[in-house]
Amino acid sequence: MMYSDKVLDHFQNPRNVGEIEDANAVGLVGNAKCGDIMQMFMKIEDDKIVDVKFKTFGCGAAVATSSMATELVLGKTIDEALQLTNRAVMEALDGLPPVKVHCSVLAEQAIRAAISDYYKRQGIDPEPIVGKIEEVDHDHEIACD
Amino acid sequence: MQKRFVYADNAATSPLSKEAFDAMKPWLTEKWGNPSSIYSAARDARKAVEMARADIADSIGAKPEEIYFTSGGTEADNWAIKSSAKAFGKKGRHLITSAIEHHAVSSSMESLTSEGFEITVLPVDKYGMVSPADLEKAIRPDTIFISIMLANNEIGTIQPIEELAEIAKKHNIPFHTDAVQAVGHIPVNVDELKVDMLSMSSHKFGGPQGVGALYIRKGVRIPPLMHGGGHERGRRSGTENVAGVCGMAAALKHAVEIMPEANAHLKHISDRLFDKLLQIPYTQATGHPEKRLPGTVSVVFNYIEGESIILLLDSKGISASSGSACTSGSLDPSHVLLAIGLPHEVAHGSVRLSLGKDITEEDADYIAESLTEVVDRLRTMSPLWKG
Repeated sequence: MMYSDKVLDHFQNPRNVGEIEDANAVGLVGNAKCGDIMQMFMKIEDDKIVDVKFKTFGCGAAVATSSMATELVLGKTIDEALQLTNRAVMEALDGLPPVKVHCSVLAEQAIRAAISDYYKRQGIDPEPIVGKIEEVDHDHEIACD
Repeated sequence: MQKRFVYADNAATSPLSKEAFDAMKPWLTEKWGNPSSIYSAARDARKAVEMARADIADSIGAKPEEIYFTSGGTEADNWAIKSSAKAFGKKGRHLITSAIEHHAVSSSMESLTSEGFEITVLPVDKYGMVSPADLEKAIRPDTIFISIMLANNEIGTIQPIEELAEIAKKHNIPFHTDAVQAVGHIPVNVDELKVDMLSMSSHKFGGPQGVGALYIRKGVRIPPLMHGGGHERGRRSGTENVAGVCGMAAALKHAVEIMPEANAHLKHISDRLFDKLLQIPYTQATGHPEKRLPGTVSVVFNYIEGESIILLLDSKGISASSGSACTSGSLDPSHVLLAIGLPHEVAHGSVRLSLGKDITEEDADYIAESLTEVVDRLRTMSPLWKG
């Protein structure tokens, strides 16, 4: 299995790692049982993502896709961020090995989960805007796929 | 901390020893006869192959005619299992193995289920040990074959093969052991172990890749897996890998010669490394505390994932491996780590350092320092870490 130089760079020097203390949008996706969890923190002002940080438990690709996803949404409007696809994250990283594609899906979901949280905090039902987000379930057996 | 190169993945493959290379070189350069031909160049090759066979037999207390060369450990395991099922399948359809076998054994066993065979997989305790009482209980009137590994590739645990094989013998059931990680690393004697078949692989003890052997006790008859020109006395066809078997024999002879000294050194270095690594919080050793391969240092670090650890270690010049899902290509962590009772999320954070005889205290300290740094760095970015 080979990682591209870009994946290795984003893994070894991840961009935007950490937490945002006064974040107004926080999303958590993935499952420790399956080996990856991503947490996305955002500061959204006037519909714009003015700051974004992440924390990830997972493999090299999980870290690299999280890092790349934060770069791709920083400074973007919510609408623009919601356009981000896992494919775009993969392309920006010069591709991923087939067994690692799910990491890019998780990165896309982490962005959506954070934005979903942003709407919830304002009493707005996020589902019509963001779509359905799989909740992280710590208490039940789940199947990894 | 100055960067240095430390190869700590000898259980994956070991560097070719000088002894092996010297033994191989003539057969890769000025000599090339096919051992099955009759002219003098060929007779030299035949002699070399038979000398290699005798040396290897001697190293494990076997007779030369009980050693059959193969393309490696995987072929030896496949042959022992599939051909035993074929040979003894009329007597019964039940086979027994353990939960921590290498895939060459477990997948071979699994392949038999589609032919109507039934497999019992014995559990292991938290150290990875198979219980002889469990084996005794699992044996049925229709049990025809048992395969349990000698030393585990991931956690280094050494099984009580003598006891297990004794039980098989009492019931008159052929017993095979995958000794790929043991031969050349710990004393192995087929009579003391009381096994009927034993697999070994050259590149795990300083020999070349692509060559191995299956020991088949005299009197145990299993059909060939490879059909063809009737090499290896009709039991494994295919022109002999002359350079390969010469390298394998020289490597094994050397490994056995230096074993007492090498193992005392490895034990000292492993203890030192374990001591340092277990100072890292939320870290535990895997495998048996005493009955283990002297060069295997296996640990799990909570809250982080193994592939990330391996990649960061690599950037520091250290080659190691992990049983995390991400390194296996599936999403499940190693079956061995799950079998010893580790939860999935903990098993994902495994690291195996398999040390070679040339490792120094400085190397071990460098590994420990690097791992401490890497673990800390990954925990800082892990959402699970609340330290």
